[in-house]
Parts: sequence; C-alpha cells; structure tokens
Amino acid sequence: MDMNQYLSMFIDESNDHLQSLNENMLLLESSPTDLSIVQVIFRSAHTLKGMAATMGFEDLAALTHQMENVLDLVRNEKLAMQDFIFDTLFKGLDALESMVQDITEGGEGKADVSAIVTALQAIVRGEDPSAKPTAANGQNAAPANEANKAIGLDEFQYAVLNQSIEAGHRVLYIDVHIRENCQLKAVRAYMVFELLERSGEVVKSFPSTQDIEQEKFDFSFSLYYITTKDPAELQRQIMGISEIEKADVTELDAETLKQVSEAGAASQEAAAAVAAPTSEDKGQDAPAPKQAQASEKQAPAAKTPAKTGSAVPTRTIRVDIERLDVLMNLFSELLIDRVRLEQLASEVQNHALTETVEHMTRVSTDLQDIVMKLRMVPVDTVFNRFPRMVRDLAKSLDKKVDLIITGADTELDRTVIDEIGDPLVHLLRNAVDHGVEPVADRISAGKPETGTVHLRAFHSGNHVFIEIEEDGRGIYRDKVLKTALKKGVVTEEQAAGMSDEEVHQLLFAPGFSTAEKISDVSGRGVGLDVVKAKITSLGGQVTIYSTPGKGTNFSVQLPLTLSIIAAMLVKMGSEKYAIPLSSIVETGIVKKGQIRTVHGNKMVEFRGTLIPLISLSRIFNIKDFDENEEDETEIIVIHKGERLAALAIDQFIGQNEIVLKSLGKYLPQIKGISGATILGDGQVALILDPNVFIK
Amino acid sequence: MGEEIKVIVFKLGSEEYGIEVDKVQTIERMLPITRVPKTYAFVRGVINLRGVVIPVIDLRGRFGLEETEYTDQTRIIIVAVNEMEVGFIVDSANDVIDLHTDKIETPPEVVGGIKAKYLDGVAKIGDDRLLIMLNLSEVLNKNEIIQLESLEE
Repeated sequence: MDMNQYLSMFIDESNDHLQSLNENMLLLESSPTDLSIVQVIFRSAHTLKGMAATMGFEDLAALTHQMENVLDLVRNEKLAMQDFIFDTLFKGLDALESMVQDITEGGEGKADVSAIVTALQAIVRGEDPSAKPTAANGQNAAPANEANKAIGLDEFQYAVLNQSIEAGHRVLYIDVHIRENCQLKAVRAYMVFELLERSGEVVKSFPSTQDIEQEKFDFSFSLYYITTKDPAELQRQIMGISEIEKADVTELDAETLKQVSEAGAASQEAAAAVAAPTSEDKGQDAPAPKQAQASEKQAPAAKTPAKTGSAVPTRTIRVDIERLDVLMNLFSELLIDRVRLEQLASEVQNHALTETVEHMTRVSTDLQDIVMKLRMVPVDTVFNRFPRMVRDLAKSLDKKVDLIITGADTELDRTVIDEIGDPLVHLLRNAVDHGVEPVADRISAGKPETGTVHLRAFHSGNHVFIEIEEDGRGIYRDKVLKTALKKGVVTEEQAAGMSDEEVHQLLFAPGFSTAEKISDVSGRGVGLDVVKAKITSLGGQVTIYSTPGKGTNFSVQLPLTLSIIAAMLVKMGSEKYAIPLSSIVETGIVKKGQIRTVHGNKMVEFRGTLIPLISLSRIFNIKDFDENEEDETEIIVIHKGERLAALAIDQFIGQNEIVLKSLGKYLPQIKGISGATILGDGQVALILDPNVFIK
Repeated sequence: MGEEIKVIVFKLGSEEYGIEVDKVQTIERMLPITRVPKTYAFVRGVINLRGVVIPVIDLRGRFGLEETEYTDQTRIIIVAVNEMEVGFIVDSANDVIDLHTDKIETPPEVVGGIKAKYLDGVAKIGDDRLLIMLNLSEVLNKNEIIQLESLEE
C-alpha cells in the first residue's frame, strides 16, 4: 500500500498527539497523583504508537511502546511518578518530536533511541528490584506442563505476576481464538484488549501487542492478565465480543507461574507452533447462531477503535496553507479591481452601476473579513511549546517559575504567527534568566519562592498585544545606564537627559547585555536587539514597563495581519503615497504663519505641544511639490509610540484598504518605504513607513 | 562544444545587444512607472506587471550611456535572474535570432562604452552586424553598485 497519501495526515496527527502529550505531561507534573491525566497521556501515546507502526516507522513505535510501558505502570498505580521519570519521559517526547520532524522533512524518522529506551526499561524494572533473585532461583528447568501456556515470560514480567499473586490479585492466562472468517481480526483483538484493560492489566501477550495491531497473527493469541475479576465472568465477557470463537481463561497460582516462567523466552517459537494447530482443532466446533449475530454486529463494532484515542470530533477541516495563500492572493487582485470599479463608477455617474458597485463593495468587505479570518491562527500554536520550555529552563537555572498563559485563543494572521515565535522565545528566556531571581534572592526579598511569568495575549483595536510580565527583580535605571556607558551605547550627556522609557529602550541596543555573568540561556548580548528588529519588521513595537524590585513587563504590539492594511492615500505633486492608518493620529491643515522654526527645525503646534514638521517632498526629492510655496499645508500627524510628528503633504486622496506588495528583490531596503501597493488605476503607489521619520 | 541558442535582440543607440531567450519573461511597451526615491540613479521606478510590482532600470543609465527620451519603440524587457525580476528599458526590441554559441567571441576591452565584464562576448551575425551578449548576473550585481555608489560619495 502506498503510504504517501497518509503521510501528511500522519504528521499532522502525530504533532497533535505530541502536543497533547507535552501538555498533559506538564499538567501531570503539577498534580502527579491525578490518574485521569495519565489515562489521557496513555491514550495519546497508544494512538501514536499504533499510527507509527502502521506507517512503518519502527523506531518511533518502539520508543512510544517503551514510554507506554512506563505510563501503564503509572496508570495502574504500580509506579508513582517521580522527577526522574518525568525527565526521562520528556526526553522521550523530545526524541519523538525530532523523529516526527525528520519524517516531516522527508526523512525515515530513524533515530538512535537506545539510551532513552534503556532508561525507560530501567524505570519499568525499577518497579521491583527483587525480580532478579527470584528469577535466578528457577534454574532447575522443567518443561511447561501445559502446552498452551508456553508463552515465555521474562524476569520482570514474572516478577510482576508473582507479586500480583502475592498481593492477592488473580493472574490469568487467557487464550483467545477468533473465528477464521473474521475480516478484521486486529479489531476483534483490539476489542478484547480494550475489554481486559478496563478491569486489569495485560502483562504479556503472544504475539506481541504490536504484531496483533498490525494483524501479524493467526486467529489466536494468548496473554497473561492481572485482575481481581472472576475468571468465569471474564470469559463470558470476552465471548460477548462478536466473532470470538473461544476464550480459555485459566487461573494461575504461584507454582504454575514459576514453571511457565522457567520455560523462558526461548520456547516462544515452540509456543507459536503449538498454538497454531490448537486453533485449528477448535475451529471445528464454531457455534452457528453466534456467527450470524457476529456479522450483524460487525459494522458498529469496527468503528470502536477509530473512536478511542482521537479527540471529540470538531467541525473543522484541514486545509493546505498554500491554498489559503492562493486564496489571499486572488482576493487581493479582486480588491484592486474593486477599487478600480469604484473609481469608474464615480466617474460615469450611472445610478444603476453605482448601486451595483456599492453592493459589490459590501460583499467583498464581508468576503475580506472571512478570508482574513481563515488565515487567523490562535497564538496558542506558538504558545503551546512555552510551558515546556520554561519548565526546562527553570530547571536548568535552578529557579522556580510558574508560567501563566492567558488569551491563548487570541488570533493572529498566520504570516505574523510564523515570525513571532523566535522573538517570544527570546523574551521568555530573558524573563526567566534575567527577570526572575534565584530562589534565595527571592526569599530574602520577601517574595514567594516561585516566580511567576505571565504570558498574555489580547486584542486591542487593530492590534494584538502579547505581554510577558514577571515578578522578578525589575530594571534598575542606574545599572542599565552604567552598562550602556561602558559599552559606548550612550554618552554621559545623553544618559543624564534620558527618560525611564528611553533607558529601557537601551536594552534593545545592539551589543547590550545587563547580566553580570554570561549564562547558557541568554546574556550574550545578542537577543533583545534581534527581538526588536524582528518585531519592528513585522510592523510591531516593543515597550518595557518596569518597577525596580517588583518586576518587568515586555509588551509587544503586533498588527493583525501583514497582507492587507488600511491606509490613507495622499498626493505629493504627481506622485501618490500610502500611509498606514495605524500610524496616523490625525489629519489637519496648518497656515504658513503657524509653522515655527526651533533650532533650524520646523515645528507646528499640535494640541498644545510643538511637534516636528517633516518635509516628505525634501526627503523623497519630489520635484513638483514643495510645501514651502503654499500658504496652507495639509498635514498628517503620525505617531511612533508616544512620540508625534507631522508630515507635510500636498493633498489627501482618501482612505483605502490596500494590499501590501514587496518591491522585489533587486531594490535594496529604502529608508521610509515599507513596500508598494497597486491602486485602482493600475498604478503603483509606495507605502510609507512613518516610524522611520520619528527618531 | 557549442549549441544553438535563441537570443532576443534589442538596441541601445546604434548597438545591438542580445539576451538569451530563456532569461526573458516578457517584453512590454512602456508602462506607467512609479518613481522610487532614494535608490540607485538608474532605477527608473517600479511598474505593475499584472499584479506584480517589478523594478525597472534604464539600461542606458546602468551602462553610463547618455539617456534619451522614450519613444514608441521603447520597450521594457522583463528578465528573471537569480530569483530577481527586473525590467530593462531599451530603445527597441524587435528580433529573435538563432545563434550558435561557438560564434560568440571574447569581447574586446570596451564595447560601445560598456565595460567588458558586463558582456558574455560578441557575436558576428550577418555581414556587418555585431551582437553584444549581456552577462545578466553582472549587470544585476548589487555588490558592484554599492561600490560604485560609495566611490561617488
């Protein structure tokens, strides 16, 4: 069978399961005794194992299997979760993730996981250290006296069974035969396992569970089972599953168990040989009425395995991201035509045409909303890896940190989501490493031992804010300035006149690092400047709010989307430019007399304060417009954070939704221009980047 | 061993130049150009080519030739090299010819005022026609432009 068509599905689902494993492991770590979480984890792991085995990724399946073994012990309360178990399981998860990653990139998903497997096996063995001596006693080998009990047990399994008997549980040997005309024998077997696992634990099966899941068995299988249930009752229940021909349930006592275990793994092959004819013998006396009943039940029963393991069905479909991009591009083209139509309609002055165009405008506005929403992804897709990261980080730094995420369902355009991950990682690392103090310092400062890092996301206007706030040591102005002076980022004079906000922004200066000692995690002086550059390139801003001794808040402001923005179109002589609405505070007109000159710079009064008047025509060398020749100048007041400035322009054209286009690879980055857009008349207009004009 | 290639022939002044056909995406008549401020002097601006914004450069300007008024014959040749799309404004473009690469000879030091490094070679076609083959990646080489700019300052 060609598996390629299922590969992307496998990758998607594996990622989902890995994510859920990670999340639940973290949950479990905070409440290690909650067995319901273990159940969820186990189911995810089990499904993952099944999928991996089906797709032929043996290493993946093998590792999952080992993890499952450990989890199984935990969920049956045979093993209490401990720190080192968590660490090993997390390591396992990491390995699984990298394998899935490898598969995603077209690899085989192979990896050397023997170290982790050994560690996991050690944990499983750690359950009963007395296992070895017990098994060693059984050297006087005697052949197993019952042929069908020939499946071998290793030391550990024997120990577990033996212990269960001592603990007063029943150890059963169950031999199940499936009717030979059964179409989906793996499903039937699965149902048997499912039934058994509800009231006990399957210790060992032959063939192995993996083989059974892959239908690599004849029509019978045997297993060792620990339960408290009555064997006869159990047999009745197994027989209740359709197409099960026969189920032998034998209770084992310590003595028979010992004999069986002595047979050892070597006799497994013999067992197989014995098992096969046995099943044939018993195939003869299949009860006829049950057969009919079986085929009736087959359809509903076959669905059962599909349901388990997967989450509650949601009304969503997966769509290739590229298709969404194509949709977006097509829509952009449509938007350009719409603007063009609007223009034509207003020229032609035909009532019917105007009405149609207006209707089309309304529809396309709705359509735009929907298209934009389609591309929206909850920030959770980025946030979900952070709890794990913060946990590992805190551990390696020997700090105690709680990460509290709020607003993970806040949605952002995929283009922004793709880019925002790394900057956030930097900021979080920074918060845990530099922000939150070591435990001792926290206690002496009278703070709770465990530091808290809040990661918040929320909408505000046309922006999404992501805040990273910790209750750590805060930013000390003097310390920052001292470092900045030492590194030559600022001069003494500049430093004296800086506001707190300006001092905070120094953290983003290239080559700046306040940590006294360089740590693994951050503090190499790279990072925050990169963060700032990245966020700025996304059209966002970072602001720092900090109270010394109390904590720091890094607030990242991001645009909802990068592909369509609302902009004000303006004319400069014969040229047209677009200014993003998000940067515009107000538009107005100033008379020549209102323009003052301060230190050779032109300023205008705006709401009681003087703000600089910037001449676009001079900056861009526009030949056919000069505001100095006009008696009245139209201005656009723009802002960058708290700071304001006015741009002198020729004429307003109007407000429009514009589609961002790049200027192509050939042209170098131009200061003050962030891209281009195509206007309704087919001409290209450049989009200004007003942030550049405010120093 | 040489091979037959197809070459787009265009004119700058009286000289004829050639670009391999597979590097040319399309040839357009003059389109409205939006000026882009603060960039290389020979960059005329950007055009809208069926929804894609493409920078156009004046090839005369790029080669330091005297610039002329655009006429009915003026064409924009859109080339794609190294994942860059760029339009060249040329005086006219009206021929596609078959050329054998063996016929392309190493260029003399300066041809038509253009430095030899921008050229792949010169091919003699017909009795008295010389075709100058452009080396597109050199023409679009940005490093050299940056050096030029800094020399001017």
